[in-house]
Amino acid sequence: MTAPIFVFAYLAIALYIGIFAFRRSRGQAEDYFLAGRAIGPWVFVLSLFGTHMTAFAILGSSGHAFNFGIVTFGLMASSSALIVPLCLLFLGTRLWAVGKKFGHITPVQIFRDRWECGHIGTVIFFLQAALLVPYIIIGVMGGGTTLAVISGGAIPFWAGGLLVAVVVMSYVFFGGMRGTAWVNTFQTVLFLSFGLVAVLIISNGMGGFANVAEKLLADPRTSPLLSREKFSPLAFLGYTFNPLSAIAFPHIAIFCMTAKHMRQFKKTVIFYPLCILLIWLPCVCLGVFANQATEVPAIAAKLAEKAATMRPVVADDVMLRLLAHYAPEWLAGLLGAGIMAAVMASDSQILALSTMFTEDVFAFYGAREKFGEKAQVATGRLFIVIVTAFAYFTALNAKASIFDLAVQFSFAGFSAMLPLYIAALFWKGSTKWGALAGTLWTSSCTIALFFTPRGFTIAGLSPVAPMTIGAALLIWLVSIATPKPSQQTVDRYFSV
Amino acid sequence: MIFVLLVYYGLHQDFWNWTSARPLVFGFLPAGLAYHAVYTLGASALMALLVRRAWPAKLEAWADEEAD
Repeated sequence: MTAPIFVFAYLAIALYIGIFAFRRSRGQAEDYFLAGRAIGPWVFVLSLFGTHMTAFAILGSSGHAFNFGIVTFGLMASSSALIVPLCLLFLGTRLWAVGKKFGHITPVQIFRDRWECGHIGTVIFFLQAALLVPYIIIGVMGGGTTLAVISGGAIPFWAGGLLVAVVVMSYVFFGGMRGTAWVNTFQTVLFLSFGLVAVLIISNGMGGFANVAEKLLADPRTSPLLSREKFSPLAFLGYTFNPLSAIAFPHIAIFCMTAKHMRQFKKTVIFYPLCILLIWLPCVCLGVFANQATEVPAIAAKLAEKAATMRPVVADDVMLRLLAHYAPEWLAGLLGAGIMAAVMASDSQILALSTMFTEDVFAFYGAREKFGEKAQVATGRLFIVIVTAFAYFTALNAKASIFDLAVQFSFAGFSAMLPLYIAALFWKGSTKWGALAGTLWTSSCTIALFFTPRGFTIAGLSPVAPMTIGAALLIWLVSIATPKPSQQTVDRYFSV
Repeated sequence: MIFVLLVYYGLHQDFWNWTSARPLVFGFLPAGLAYHAVYTLGASALMALLVRRAWPAKLEAWADEEAD
């Protein structure tokens, strides 16, 4: 039980940071939800990256690589290294500028102002909220899995998930955006520091990765994991649509508005691919090489199941199993805390949901005017408690793997929402009816995805590609056939 | 710059590395994985170039002007 002590210490530090941030707060909505638009350059870079790298990047990627091999890196990491910084450079800076100029805090506020609409914005809010919840569930699942494995089963999944949920909820509740940004910065530094150490220790324990790679290549059952021969190039191409979701995630879009100066984006877009490399490459390598870790009982059982069923198995815990087996207990605890740091990025998503609810629903429908700004912040905090409780109880019964949950719902849905952002910020001719058509299309497709089997494709492409293209086409076609917003509004947004 | 970006996007689809794991770079990194690791590093260099050549400088001044 030495290892969990390090994880508990980490959780206590995260909680303390949140309470420390609470002491610095001024009790105003913009201060709580956007840290007063005053986040500094390095906190902005590290926190934005920490916000985007979640249990999906750490546990989901190694679990996917365990089943499918090196293709995992190309599917999500290298495509993200190009597309996410591009989105931050061209869309993130514009979101920052529009937010600062017109005082907006959420994307829906921008859409409502830009397209002169009210209830259509509410429809967009509900879609964003529905798509974000699976991502929050992933964080709770990752926390429960990490503590269960690190403690050798002494802390059950339900208790680990509960502890993580309560800690995250507490520092978001108290610290708001400032606390979340500081904790995310701490988390990113911690994980980047210990990730390489974990790889070296596991490699040493397994007799060196060169040896492992040769053994995998010598076995016809495992050699395809080191190439992409079992994966269709068309499906691979289709996956490049997934990173488009990054800027459409409300927590990323909202975070873009916290920067003190626009020039802070420069460091972020340049360092972003490097951070992706540092996190994803070790995770994918460990996931693939775990196929030779037959001396780890839990992994041997997964390999036997995979061989017997000829199907992928739930393997989100393989990296943790390797760590628990090959690292000394105290080091496993330290590294487990590093993994926990990345897994707990659900904080910013919970805060984003709360911000969106209080701004896009509570304030928009008149409650702020009636009850005041302090009541708005209090409502936001209550909402945080409700969302976390919902995510926790759903995570207890979730059947899908972390990778599947993220790709099938959150990534596909938010990628299909990207055309909304592009239309609002770059196309004078876009209209609220076009936005509504795109939103309804994305909603319908997401509901349909819920009923499709795992690995479902359309003409060889993963659903995200036709969903995104369909949304863009609908926004375009409906916009050219419907009345535009007033010239005054268009001029306000395009006077730059 | 748009042309450079399109070419770089195309380079993500490295069909020439599809079916073979060899050579193993550093003795353990399969060719396809090593290629994408280098691709990721290249993306960082490309972003540095974009920040120099295509930075939307007018936006910051526009945002700092008094709101309408």
